[in-house]
Amino acid sequence: MSGFNKVVNSYEEAMAGLEDGMTIIAGGFGLCGIPENLITQIKKKGTTDLTIVSNNCGIDGFGLGILLEDKQIKKMISSYVGENALFEKQLLAGELEVELTPQGTLAEKMRAGGAGIPAFFTATGFGTPVGDGKEVREFNGRSYIMEESITGDFAIVKGWKADRYGNVVYRHTAQNFNPLAATAGKVTVVEVEEIVEPGELDPTQIHTPGIYVDRVIVGTFEKRIEQRTVRS
Amino acid sequence: MALSREQIAQRVARELQDGFYVNLGIGIPTLVANFIPEGMEVMLQSENGLLGMGPFPTDEEVDADMINAGKQTVTTVKGASIFSSAESFAMIRGGHVDLTVLGAFEVDVSGNIASWMIPGKLIKGMGGAMDLVAGADNIIVTMTHASKHGESKLLPACSLPLTGSGCIKKVVTDLAYIEIEDGAFILKERAPGVSVEEIVSKTAGKMIVPDHVPEMVF
Repeated sequence: MSGFNKVVNSYEEAMAGLEDGMTIIAGGFGLCGIPENLITQIKKKGTTDLTIVSNNCGIDGFGLGILLEDKQIKKMISSYVGENALFEKQLLAGELEVELTPQGTLAEKMRAGGAGIPAFFTATGFGTPVGDGKEVREFNGRSYIMEESITGDFAIVKGWKADRYGNVVYRHTAQNFNPLAATAGKVTVVEVEEIVEPGELDPTQIHTPGIYVDRVIVGTFEKRIEQRTVRS
Repeated sequence: MALSREQIAQRVARELQDGFYVNLGIGIPTLVANFIPEGMEVMLQSENGLLGMGPFPTDEEVDADMINAGKQTVTTVKGASIFSSAESFAMIRGGHVDLTVLGAFEVDVSGNIASWMIPGKLIKGMGGAMDLVAGADNIIVTMTHASKHGESKLLPACSLPLTGSGCIKKVVTDLAYIEIEDGAFILKERAPGVSVEEIVSKTAGKMIVPDHVPEMVF
């Protein structure tokens, strides 16, 4: 029986079914905990007109930034996109659309999307351009705006260890948006540093239970550091 | 003399209390971590999913999987925890963080803050700032009192797009410590050697000056 064997052996297989115009939810914060090789596979595949939901858009030449090179991204839904010259150029040229979303709202949109909650109310963004045109409701004397949740055709996730059941643990702050993205994809693909034997991961320590995960692949990672800061 | 960046941070640090969970923004707010009083326990929250941020790592300790919200490599302190972005913003939006310190372009007498967008310039995004100002009860804004061209940043009404509305009550500038109450700035303290007249002249919004405005001591 292999019903719970989610391990795939090639990146082609990992991203099979991705088509032009799809929405992809990606984990990662800056360059920390990004699914490097799944992004490379999307570039190789040449899929276009993509909507990408991710806190950031990588940097020039690395991370999601490489999908800008062949103009594969139609729209970004992000909280901060300041690290990327090509992004700026395409944005100013009208070749790229961006929907800036407060970071907490972005996380909650993914969480809610994965949990079957279509929308939620939050004080974040009320009275700012983010609240423009959105429904406002008052609760206990305070105003809140309605934000709709997000789901993706694909979720691409970077984990530390997984087993063949798709149970995943993340390492340190490489967790960030990854477990949220994992819940919100119709097809959730997780790439990890190590695939371990079933039973090796302590059930009480699992961050993403395998029920959310469709495919697991093991890869090697560059793990580029954006701001290397040290004390002497 | 106007306060240095370090002195602004030092003044903010006097608002810390033992056992506080604190979120420090990028720039001057980050410097507050250098002035936590000896013997006081404070946990620093970083919105990418870390509670209990420690100092920068040594060369040997550098780990690409261990960063703060400024994307700098960091360490953890004893008692730290690491979690997802949703958990991180549940702490922030749920009002669990005791003190938030962040920078701004402008604040106004209604407690509005503008800190993320200058129309006509490239918009990079608000990151977690809108969540932080909407979720926290106790926020301190750090900024220079006036722009390089002498234009006041403490206004009757913010001119730039807002980050949050009606949420700011305390501001530390290079000239003064100010509280916002009932549609006015209240001048609480002044930088050493800076006159009340200078502060008032550089404050465009309505300012209430109590009879006695103590000078900060460093």
